[in-house]
Amino acid sequence: MSEKGMNLTLRIWRQKDSNAKGQMVDYKVTEISEHMSFLEMMDVLNEQLVAKGEEPVAFDHDCREGICGMCSMYINGEAHGPDRGVTTCQLHMRMFKDGDTITIEPFRAAAFPVIKDLVVDRTSFDRIQHAGGYISVNTSGNTQDANALPISKHAADEAMDAATCIGCGACVATCKNSSAMLFVGAKVSQYALLPQGQVEAADRVKNMVAQMDLEGFGNCTNTGACEIECPKGISLENIARMNRELMKANI
Amino acid sequence: MALNSKVPQGPIKDKWTTYKDKIDLVNPANKRLIDVIVVGTGLAGGSAAATLAELGYNVKAFCYQDSPRRAHSIAAQGGINAAKNYQGDGDSTYRLFYDTVKGGDYRSREANVYRLAEVSANIIDQCVAQGVPFARDYGGLLDNRSFGGVLVSRTFYAKGQTGQQLLLGAYSAMNRQIARGKIEMFNRHEMLDVVKVDGKARGIIARNLITGEIERHSAHAVVIASGGYGNVYFLSTNAMGSNATAAWKIHKKGAYFANPCYTQIHPTCIPRSGDYQSKLTLMSESLRNDGRIWVPKNMEDVIAIREGKKKPTDLSEDERDYYLERRYPAFGNLVPRDVASRAAKERCDAGYGVNATGEAVYLDFASAIERYGKEQAKIHNIENPSKQKIYDLGKAIVEAKYGNLFQMYEKIVDENPYETPMMIYPATHYTMGGVWVDYNLMTTVDGLYCIGEANFSDHGANRLGASALMQGLADGYFVLPYTIGDYLADEIRTGKIPTNTPEFDEAEKEVKDRIDFFVNNQGTNSVDYYHKKLGKIMWDKCGMSRNEQGLKEAMAEIKALREDFWKNVKVPGTANEMNPELEKAGRVADFLELGELFAKDALNRNESCGGHFREESVELDGEQKGEAKRNDKEYAYVAAWEYKGEPADAVLHKEELEFNDIELKQRSYK
Repeated sequence: MSEKGMNLTLRIWRQKDSNAKGQMVDYKVTEISEHMSFLEMMDVLNEQLVAKGEEPVAFDHDCREGICGMCSMYINGEAHGPDRGVTTCQLHMRMFKDGDTITIEPFRAAAFPVIKDLVVDRTSFDRIQHAGGYISVNTSGNTQDANALPISKHAADEAMDAATCIGCGACVATCKNSSAMLFVGAKVSQYALLPQGQVEAADRVKNMVAQMDLEGFGNCTNTGACEIECPKGISLENIARMNRELMKANI
Repeated sequence: MALNSKVPQGPIKDKWTTYKDKIDLVNPANKRLIDVIVVGTGLAGGSAAATLAELGYNVKAFCYQDSPRRAHSIAAQGGINAAKNYQGDGDSTYRLFYDTVKGGDYRSREANVYRLAEVSANIIDQCVAQGVPFARDYGGLLDNRSFGGVLVSRTFYAKGQTGQQLLLGAYSAMNRQIARGKIEMFNRHEMLDVVKVDGKARGIIARNLITGEIERHSAHAVVIASGGYGNVYFLSTNAMGSNATAAWKIHKKGAYFANPCYTQIHPTCIPRSGDYQSKLTLMSESLRNDGRIWVPKNMEDVIAIREGKKKPTDLSEDERDYYLERRYPAFGNLVPRDVASRAAKERCDAGYGVNATGEAVYLDFASAIERYGKEQAKIHNIENPSKQKIYDLGKAIVEAKYGNLFQMYEKIVDENPYETPMMIYPATHYTMGGVWVDYNLMTTVDGLYCIGEANFSDHGANRLGASALMQGLADGYFVLPYTIGDYLADEIRTGKIPTNTPEFDEAEKEVKDRIDFFVNNQGTNSVDYYHKKLGKIMWDKCGMSRNEQGLKEAMAEIKALREDFWKNVKVPGTANEMNPELEKAGRVADFLELGELFAKDALNRNESCGGHFREESVELDGEQKGEAKRNDKEYAYVAAWEYKGEPADAVLHKEELEFNDIELKQRSYK
């Protein structure tokens, strides 16, 4: 790469609103530093478009440090792009080279309708959690002392691993069936692994899975793409655990 | 209007209990007749919305993100303080109270802080009951770590994602209430003004960020929990969307704004790499438990490192300046944030910065890896372990503790922090200042509350690590639900608040006029152009160190920039669609006013306290020579500003701070 940075062609999905028909549009950006984050490169493009009086590309983003789960681009055919273990906002331009054409699409799934350009509606994830993603305990502060309930370190760590899911939807976007099983599996697992979650375990898994189906997510056929693309390394074991919980609940 | 903090009488230990015993309650049947609006769904707003709904009020919650779970509390890494004394190291409610007041450099309100310390233990109980997976030890009990500025281990954590786990806990509590229909959730909505009727807050004007529609929402009380204003610096550790609009709008409608100059520049962030930079990333302060901060002792080594001729690992121990350990032997690398940040700036200003920009110091884990490695070798009965074995064992421990942070660093900087020291530099992180509130967390407008980072109350001039999460959840779960009830007890006969009134008409018109201006203005400069310029003024003149001349210049420059903004800003697109540039324009317009008040407040406060360092106010001799000098005689007050049109015309109201339970002392971490 030259000192001056990279010159790139960006092929981006543009769609005015949820009803409009979208299309891929090509843009050029120049002198992109390898130290830039992918979204900083998008900022450069948008500043360019604003200067020309064109509408900038709408995309979701917020924390830009890989934890809020808001960014959601499908880059060169991969959710969150070519790097592993990162969200789009953590992807850096050093993963690309001068002269590249980069294809940027929204996360596509029937349950994630496009709102505008690269922005999709992921409220289906929220509704799945309304169906049971909680422990029914009042926030009175009058619960028992936190240390009155010892929890094995192993269980706590495993629950934490499941709980690190950021709800970005990469698992859905990358799945050929648009399945949300990795997401739901992680949510079910966090509570299934902890003693606090046992009381409502059966209802929780049944209700969450029912809502997942209602939202139009597909089924799991064990291809494992979700685990590979997950920026937080959520394991497929969570899907197995969810299926086990569901079976237990239905017996 | 005179400020009345409404702090209850009686000994500090009994204030909150007595207060709760005496307040008016609303009976469950009547709660169903009362609506409450909560703006923001971070730890404070999320926990408040959930708890108020659980109590029976009808809650409408608003967030600009696509889900309440994405509020920026989610990015808090290190932990949450609570006076549980699980480690038996002498912690108590009083100690947490004391540390917080001292850490805040004696500029917070005693009674509020004591209450915070008092309810802190409940937070941990509550979160565990909700299924928050805090770190545990092998006996199954909760683990703790220590944080800067204190001498006990009272910080509870969930790996490096404590904020995420606590927020998901609050979000789960919200979900339960959304499912019951007690919270009506408005995602992708932004509050653009508050509506007052007969002097009371009665609703808000919000914009649907998908359709651009302007909506009216009414309620019997309005709670602002919209976070801090760190993005006034353009570059900060805040999320891109974090903004001060809700807080600033209520300021313009009568809520006093307190201590805007108290900002926290966090010592351990990843240094900036270029002009295109859009935000800065924090590396949790918990890293200072095990990392040692240093720069080279000799200038030749600094130059060699910058030129790539030497690596930091080439330098021997006696060629390194562990400047925090040198200057502050008692606290070493665990001095409070403000002290650590200024010390880094001091070394870098002196020319010892270790990267190309000259703005970076090392945070080194080599000794921690070795120490843990030796400890593990002993635990596992490994005799005469090789250097590599020690390294491997130690690395595994460091990885377990901070693995995700190290991974984050490596992804951004492209260097492996297990092999070479991290580079860090201070960045804007948190704002202690905010909307003035009384003991009830009510602003100077009746029925208008402000909680969490958006208010000013608990952290004084400097916030200690792991206290923000504590305050957010304390306010939302355990304080506001009581205090707001006392106010709402008088509202049971009010009935539904109509939105077809002149007050709503007027507020909506103001909002629409401003939006119309933006989309119709034939300007030439983008919103970011102005935001970056504002950020540079703030960083250069209202940053880690401030002086009279610089602050006066900042006020004039911000005013000029604001005037230019209102002439030449360019916003593409229309009002009736999703339009991120339009959203930014509104936020930056507010920052351009807030920034000037910030500088005015900093100019007024001619003392150094906490995050506010005035070059004119330093110790001239003795052991503390060169350190910040507080001036209790003249400045032991909260500066609450009343809006009068131009920020420069804001009128100062003082709330004198009384310290009955803590003796005012010069902070010393030596």
